[in-house]
Amino acid sequence: MSRHVDTVTNAANTPDLEQPFAELGVKPDEYARIREILNRRPTNSELAMYSVMWSEHCSYKSSKVHLRQFGDKKPDSDAMLVGIGENAGVVDIGDGWAVTFKVESHNHPSFVEPYQGAATGVGGIVRDILSMGARPVAVMDPLRFGPADAPDTARVLPGIIAGVGGYGNCLGLPNIGGEVVFDPTYLGNPLVNALCVGTMKHEDIHLAKASGIGNLVILFGAATGGDGIGGVSVLASETFEDGGPAKRPSVQVGDPFMEKLLIECTLEVLHAGLVEGIQDLGGAGISCATSELASNGTGGMHVYLERVPLRDATLTPEEILMSESQERMCAIVPPENAEKFLEICAKWDVVATVIGEVTDTGRLIIEWHGEVIVDVPPRTVAHDGPVYERPYHRPTWQDTLQADAPTADRLKRPTTASELRDTIMTMTAAPNLASKRWVTDQYDRYVLGNTVLAQPEDSGMVRVDEVTGRGVAVSTDCNGRFAKLDPYNGAKLALAEAYRNVSTTGAVPLAVTNCLNFGSPEDPEVMWQFSEAVRGLADGCLELGTPVTGGNVSFYNQTGDVAILPTPVVGVLGVIDDVERRTPMSWKTDGDLIYVLGTTADEFAGSEWAHEVHGHLGGLPPGIDLKLEQALSQILVACSRDGLIDAAHDVSDGGIMQALIEMALRSGIGARVWVPDNLDPFVFAYAESATRAVVVVARSEEQRFIDMCAARNFPATRVGVVDSAAAAEPALVVDGVYGDVLTLPIAELADKHFSTLPAIFGPTVG
Amino acid sequence: MSAQGARIGVVTFPGSLDDRDAARAVRLAGAEPVALWHADHDLKAVDAVVLPGGFSYGDYLRCGAIARFAPVMQEIIAAANQGLPVLGICNGFQILCESHLLPGALIRNDHRHFVCRDQRLQITNNTSLWTRDFELNEEIVVPLKNGEGGYVASDNVLDELEGEGRVIARYLEVNPNGSYRDIAGITNARGNVVGLMPHPEHAVEPLTGPTTDGLGFFTSVLSSLLQGAAR
Amino acid sequence: MARVVVDVRLKSEILDPQGRAVQGALGRLGLNGVTNVRQGKQFVIDIDGELDAAATEKLHEIAGNLLSNPVIEDYELSVEQA
Repeated sequence: MSRHVDTVTNAANTPDLEQPFAELGVKPDEYARIREILNRRPTNSELAMYSVMWSEHCSYKSSKVHLRQFGDKKPDSDAMLVGIGENAGVVDIGDGWAVTFKVESHNHPSFVEPYQGAATGVGGIVRDILSMGARPVAVMDPLRFGPADAPDTARVLPGIIAGVGGYGNCLGLPNIGGEVVFDPTYLGNPLVNALCVGTMKHEDIHLAKASGIGNLVILFGAATGGDGIGGVSVLASETFEDGGPAKRPSVQVGDPFMEKLLIECTLEVLHAGLVEGIQDLGGAGISCATSELASNGTGGMHVYLERVPLRDATLTPEEILMSESQERMCAIVPPENAEKFLEICAKWDVVATVIGEVTDTGRLIIEWHGEVIVDVPPRTVAHDGPVYERPYHRPTWQDTLQADAPTADRLKRPTTASELRDTIMTMTAAPNLASKRWVTDQYDRYVLGNTVLAQPEDSGMVRVDEVTGRGVAVSTDCNGRFAKLDPYNGAKLALAEAYRNVSTTGAVPLAVTNCLNFGSPEDPEVMWQFSEAVRGLADGCLELGTPVTGGNVSFYNQTGDVAILPTPVVGVLGVIDDVERRTPMSWKTDGDLIYVLGTTADEFAGSEWAHEVHGHLGGLPPGIDLKLEQALSQILVACSRDGLIDAAHDVSDGGIMQALIEMALRSGIGARVWVPDNLDPFVFAYAESATRAVVVVARSEEQRFIDMCAARNFPATRVGVVDSAAAAEPALVVDGVYGDVLTLPIAELADKHFSTLPAIFGPTVG
Repeated sequence: MSAQGARIGVVTFPGSLDDRDAARAVRLAGAEPVALWHADHDLKAVDAVVLPGGFSYGDYLRCGAIARFAPVMQEIIAAANQGLPVLGICNGFQILCESHLLPGALIRNDHRHFVCRDQRLQITNNTSLWTRDFELNEEIVVPLKNGEGGYVASDNVLDELEGEGRVIARYLEVNPNGSYRDIAGITNARGNVVGLMPHPEHAVEPLTGPTTDGLGFFTSVLSSLLQGAAR
Repeated sequence: MARVVVDVRLKSEILDPQGRAVQGALGRLGLNGVTNVRQGKQFVIDIDGELDAAATEKLHEIAGNLLSNPVIEDYELSVEQA
């Protein structure tokens, strides 16, 4: 087999050679711009690099103009140590500790091969966190699927759950939260988002930059194979005379064991002070790592590509540049540290290879067996990609959708105690509200021994410092139905819910990450949803004083012309001085009083009830006032700090009734509840008004609690009391239901709540 | 010797995950944790050894199959046969079985899923070096998390284990992985080597565990050392 | 009576972490010169009577879709008539 490698010399000599840029997804004007930058045609390797680095996935070319708002509207916050643009943002949590966290999508790979797609999604975000110098300490996975009982959900869901668990469990990271949401729009396009949290001391923060002329570029981790380079084989086949190389897999296979070694090895070389800059290899592999490191650093790099250890000797240089093989990292190491660096890698059985060095040429030069195949200004690859102002407009159907409100006269509501009882039993078993234990019991939540709260609690919480008890809480949320009804307020509502969930557990919200899952940006209506959601999130973050530290955009989530619900998943991170003071969701003590904080209104648009019972989506989502949200957060945090409440739970999907049921099921103790006089029992039970929480107050603290709410002018309504003797067996007993009393035995509720997913996906333990 | 002076080794294999947790449990029990490295032929003169949970060498061949050949295991096998107290938790249990320090094997859970849950157990032996601080038939709750935790052995072996009182813990309420005769942990005839599928090291602090019941295993070995029962 | 043996292995271009781990162990156990290890699984299916073309075709379909994951795995099927 002979191989013609397209060199820079060759490119200069054959300026008119036709190149398959369109097959690589490069637009004619983008191709022209590459030629202009290089002042010649690109070599095949250069074309490969530009094509992948200028792709939507890597360059954010459609979203960039909107995402700028996160910077432009950035609130004043002392917490931000490293901002957007790095692998992940870094937040100061006090005592010299810093935390980095980020959420990313792996939607499309997970649809093709659910197990490996989900597994490598976890692996990728963990390496992002690692490359900041942090030890990954927890993961969470916001997931979205088609209807629970759809045949294709049965294909993808078990594989995705097993993949998330298989990778995270084997890596030794506790999975502390996340979401599982079902909606028909995700049937042909499930969403697999993965979040990772990492911790470090301030002095351990590392950045992706190649500084120091003469420093070595060291690739370490797994060998490079042909993973995830489907598209580039267009180029490969043109450089082979004998009909092309072996078929390249579009599926990337993860090796969590390798990743575990990579984590320990990377942290050891970082803590030994051997490393100048570091970058993980994810999408666009070596192309991305070398160009970004060079672009962020002194400005030049010389790479000898033939030194890259290969798993498959038939790979062409273009393919090596593009390969998305997992579990690889790239470090910039001063020559005097190289020996020690390689020694530590050997200790962990991690292969490390010096593939190049930092130069002062301002160029990224890549050689292949003595011939130059890439000679580019790195910034043009990594940062100066195309920027699109995609057209967008408000969908023509938006007004009709918003006018279709789920008022009592249009959607039948329960009007008797027995009808409400039936509704309760339906709702508690509804796939979106039912227990997700089938999923979360496949995740290790204990490993590392610092998990203070995990699912189904409102947020995941881990202890960061074993001596002081300082810890962080994280929650991710998004109601895509709200976002469809009104993307601007839907994004704010997602932010508000995640912010509230963090506060509910007693932590002070500090910072925000996001994973913006949308349909095609080439559809002006989708682009409008996107622009509105970004605007809403940016405005919301400014109002709440929580900066966006980073995130991810995933476009083209659609089946045919039908886009998914706009799904701006928002992750909020908070800090708690002492995790001993966390607020759990379950009540424990008879006689404790149950209060609802906030105002309940007749708001059902986009609610779980409208979706589950009527398959209805229309109207305007619940109103959202972030000043009130902030006040609620302050009350929840102050109550935790001052020991005024023993339990708290966010009120969101499924309203107050679902919140009470979840608290009762978690504790196993019953309660007596009464519907407030001014509220319709059904509205009390299932309205999804924002900015509410259920809290449990010891009688001895009631006056202080009331005073605190009054001082902040925040409504608090007593709705019940914890009572193990409310009925003959443990039960929620609800008084004032259309002149009747509803007795809801916990055993009956549990039977409904816990059996939905096992009935669909097969039994597991317990 | 005093319990305060006890040094308990925790082995780290490539892919060990619960080694920090095991070290923390040792510390909370009142002993000094000593890190042992898989590639060393050195037990650093420890008084006892914990093989922690995880996925040693990725558990890619069979769980524990590759770890068994690690240099440190050659030392541990020899020392265990001389009476050194050894506790294998989860992956450590699998390694002890692969090393033939304990009989039987651990196979894929009968329901084929990884499972993580708070598991009720009954302590059915309080004479082994790792269980003597428990009451006989005491019920405890500790986390269980495994994909390949089904304990299997021939009927002869199972009869022998039961006949000699070498089943140290059984699953109560639910058998989470299809283990024969609800066996959650066993010991060797001498009582110094114990294998346990659930994770006592995750139940040592009220803050992070469902209970603190797991501490009993670690305090047991300290009592054993203090009483000179070991060796 | 026919015995059908189906061998399933990851496609050659797909990373095989299991094989790699075993390869490493072989070296540590003193077996040198091992250049590659691939792990697979084998299904042995016994069937009453003669295997006709239709049944063989059905077996291939099952081997290609159920016993193996065509996205990442290849299979080989052999029939031993008893």
